[in-house]
Amino acid sequence: MSKLRVLIVDDSSVMRKIVERSLRQAGLDLGEVLEASNGAEALAEVNKGKFDLILSDINMPAMDGLEFLRGLAGVESAKGVPVVMITTEGSEARVVEALSVGAKGYIRKPFTPEQVKERVAPLLGGGQ
Amino acid sequence: MRSTLGQPMPTNSQLDPHWKGILECAAIEVFAMMANSEITPMPEQPEQQQGEQTAMVGLAGALCGMITIRCSKESAVKLATRMLGEDAKSNPSMVGDALGELCNMVAGNFKSKITSLADHCMLSVPTVIWGEDYVMQMVKPNSGFQFALDCEGRPVWFSLVIHD
Repeated sequence: MSKLRVLIVDDSSVMRKIVERSLRQAGLDLGEVLEASNGAEALAEVNKGKFDLILSDINMPAMDGLEFLRGLAGVESAKGVPVVMITTEGSEARVVEALSVGAKGYIRKPFTPEQVKERVAPLLGGGQ
Repeated sequence: MRSTLGQPMPTNSQLDPHWKGILECAAIEVFAMMANSEITPMPEQPEQQQGEQTAMVGLAGALCGMITIRCSKESAVKLATRMLGEDAKSNPSMVGDALGELCNMVAGNFKSKITSLADHCMLSVPTVIWGEDYVMQMVKPNSGFQFALDCEGRPVWFSLVIHD
């Protein structure tokens, strides 16, 4: 399988780096990893090309993760791309809403690389 | 104020005696999982908070107040390096951001462990202070607690102050 093209969406640059580092530590074969600091920037990236995996924070300024998910519904290049939400919040309601509008899973902070792999690997094609 | 579920927010304006243990547990989990760092209770608590780097996250809604983490520059660099890699050693901005993110996760983990807060308390974005010569004062009446945990031989301070 070719290397994964991944989009990481979070308003915290530190968290974006931690997520990428966790994916690498989890043993996923990453290729290009792009970052976006809110849903609007992420939608722009998705419109430019296809990703194998998207990980997104829920709470972000400008456009949050739930609006981003709704926006993805109309984007051809996003069809079939698994989106996993990352959240600090203890809010079950936000997680349930995210799953109802297209997210394939979620990771709650704090997390270990093993937990990231557990949540992400089943959503990817074979070999990861 | 109303919660995300549309229900009126309950308020927790009084400090619960169990919260100290819950914050300690939340901090230990976050440091272990995100910074691969084992922090443990100190046999003897240092008398006074010290450290050149402080991160704080505000709480609003059912609980109004602030959670802070304070540590030495050396501890902050070590934690940031474990979270972000060797690049953090030479990048003070990354070190501050990493401590802020740790504080954010400790606060999030703390409130998620308390049923009455989980859905009803919001967090501010983290703020980081460099330097030791400052005093933090919160609008009175307030109450709270602080404690230090041992992070590889150095104290890391945690505090919760709430507006009563």
